[in-house]
Amino acid sequence: MEKPLLSVQNLTLNIPVGGGTLRAVRGIDFDLKRGETLCIVGESGSGKSLTSLALMGLLGKNIQRTADRMEFDGTDLLHAGAGTMRSLRGARMSMIFQEPMTSLNPAYTIGDQLTEALLLHKSVGREAARARAVELLEKVGITGAANRLGQYPHQLSGGLRQRVMIAMALMCEPELIIADEPTTALDVTIQAQILRLLYDLGREMNMAMILITHDLGVVARVADKVAVMYAGELVETGPARDVFNTPSHPYTRGLLRCIPQPGKTERGSTLGTIPGIVPSLIGDVEGCAFRTRCPYAEDACRAAIPLREDGTHAFRCIHPDGKRHAEEEALA
Amino acid sequence: MTSQQSPAILELRGVTKTYNVKQGLFGTARPLKAVNDVSLSLPRGEVLGLVGESGCGKSTLAKILLGLEAPTSGQVLVDGEEIKAQDRMTLARRIQPIFQDPYSSLNPRKSIFDIVSLPLRVHGIGDHSHWDAEVRKILDIVGLPARVMNTFPNQMSGGQRQRVAIARALIMKPEIVICDEPTSALDVSVQSQILNLLGDLRREFGLTYLFISHDLAVVEHLATRVAVMYLGRIVEEADVAGLFDEAAHPYTQALLKSVLTPEPGLGVPDTQLGMAYPNPIDPPSGCHFHPRCPFATDLCKTRPPRPVGTSVGHVECHLHDPDGPMFDRRAA
Repeated sequence: MEKPLLSVQNLTLNIPVGGGTLRAVRGIDFDLKRGETLCIVGESGSGKSLTSLALMGLLGKNIQRTADRMEFDGTDLLHAGAGTMRSLRGARMSMIFQEPMTSLNPAYTIGDQLTEALLLHKSVGREAARARAVELLEKVGITGAANRLGQYPHQLSGGLRQRVMIAMALMCEPELIIADEPTTALDVTIQAQILRLLYDLGREMNMAMILITHDLGVVARVADKVAVMYAGELVETGPARDVFNTPSHPYTRGLLRCIPQPGKTERGSTLGTIPGIVPSLIGDVEGCAFRTRCPYAEDACRAAIPLREDGTHAFRCIHPDGKRHAEEEALA
Repeated sequence: MTSQQSPAILELRGVTKTYNVKQGLFGTARPLKAVNDVSLSLPRGEVLGLVGESGCGKSTLAKILLGLEAPTSGQVLVDGEEIKAQDRMTLARRIQPIFQDPYSSLNPRKSIFDIVSLPLRVHGIGDHSHWDAEVRKILDIVGLPARVMNTFPNQMSGGQRQRVAIARALIMKPEIVICDEPTSALDVSVQSQILNLLGDLRREFGLTYLFISHDLAVVEHLATRVAVMYLGRIVEEADVAGLFDEAAHPYTQALLKSVLTPEPGLGVPDTQLGMAYPNPIDPPSGCHFHPRCPFATDLCKTRPPRPVGTSVGHVECHLHDPDGPMFDRRAA
């Protein structure tokens, strides 16, 4: 059995706020092997972005991070000092942020920003670093790459900037890439190209990738493993095929009903909705956080919720099949 | 271009908008055709989906329809009357916008009552008790409780804010609503609620929508007609079934290919569009799409295609011009 590259157990993030503690992430577990892509899907406020920042050690000082285990290739990230984290970040694990408009420094050229991490982490000269930058810019499909090095971010379009961000993340050939909504701000045509690129590069370099998104279409197409996050918890996890073909948590099925699916949803019909709102996560959260919006909620949902596992596919619900069969029968 | 069975409530005849753009501090101004000779007609009660990549002129077209920009040439007719001849107040009663970002389109210092009742006050309709009654009525229609009247936008979620924006647009009982990416900033579960609401309102009040979106699955779901825009021109226009089931233009086909449906195992499609969207200030010769088109020939590089009527709309492509030399290759 291959040892996972990244292993996280019981990761918990608490944020002290005015009236108590905001329990933003409540004990999540996941493993990731080399070359694997994990998609974390969830709505705003579900804690998916905080999870990625926690892995990178980029959380704000006020956020309390605890876990039973958080290991990256044998390095304990929980107790790693600032120096260790610095030597990992950008070199062995790197991040692609959501907003290509704001995550590049407007005062430095593309070339300076691309080569910075490489010059910092590896003993290469300026010329070699620039050559590598040109090579990667070409790889991400930027034409006239050599001339782009002298340009500033404002001279590039959104799609180009996002590609620069991807090239930057790849400079040191990281083993793990965390991409937080890398294509949300882009056109569909560019989105398909960027995802394809990330997918191909991941295969080529045997990179592990965590992709954070709210777009179920993206998840279905690129994920090996899917983790559905709701109110700080992973409510359903498993291989993409299982999660999409037999979605077992009522929330996962609710999400899938909300989006119009070409060829499946009748044009102009009423789309499914998830009534209600995400509960407040301030103070102790007991039982299933989804029960206030769930059509199958019972009194038992207030108590501890069992984790139901079927091989690699797992979900948290008091109903043995998450009421999936009942729902399918009702539709048939 | 095509004969419509019912009279058009909105008609564009050869609408062109040219901006003079200076490149660099001392550069000479050059013309940029954001909207290039666009003719469209929209029958009452229909939903025209307008799709295209960023920079294709969708939003400029929306501004022209709202009377915020005057076309350089061409005519815009509402119910057969040119909008140039109507003053802004009259136009505002007939056409209202809903914008993309409900976080920036509502004044944070005004209460919901102030925001929603503003159109009534600007137009001097009724007194305070009338405004109060109207606001209550419209909030009920968009699914908000009357108690939100005294709250402020920052106390609301994204979905609630977008409902406020819809209430503000509808309080004057307009005939046409221009929706510019109304759900792109929202979570999927909220998006489906807003799409259902827009569909219900249209049926109830006989509204006509121009629905601008880059999400083709959403457009397919809501629109009755679809226009595809590329570098300022409508390259294909058809009813929703015609466009999504039998797309004629290679660009439309590529756009449809880039839609990521939530089906695992299909991978990320290759749109074969190549990377770059051309710079609108230097549009390619001939057919603007030829550098990215897999079917392009020498003819496409030199001669722009003419609009050709189809059974369901029109298309601009040499492949579909029955009098052109490329017509025989259409099947490819």
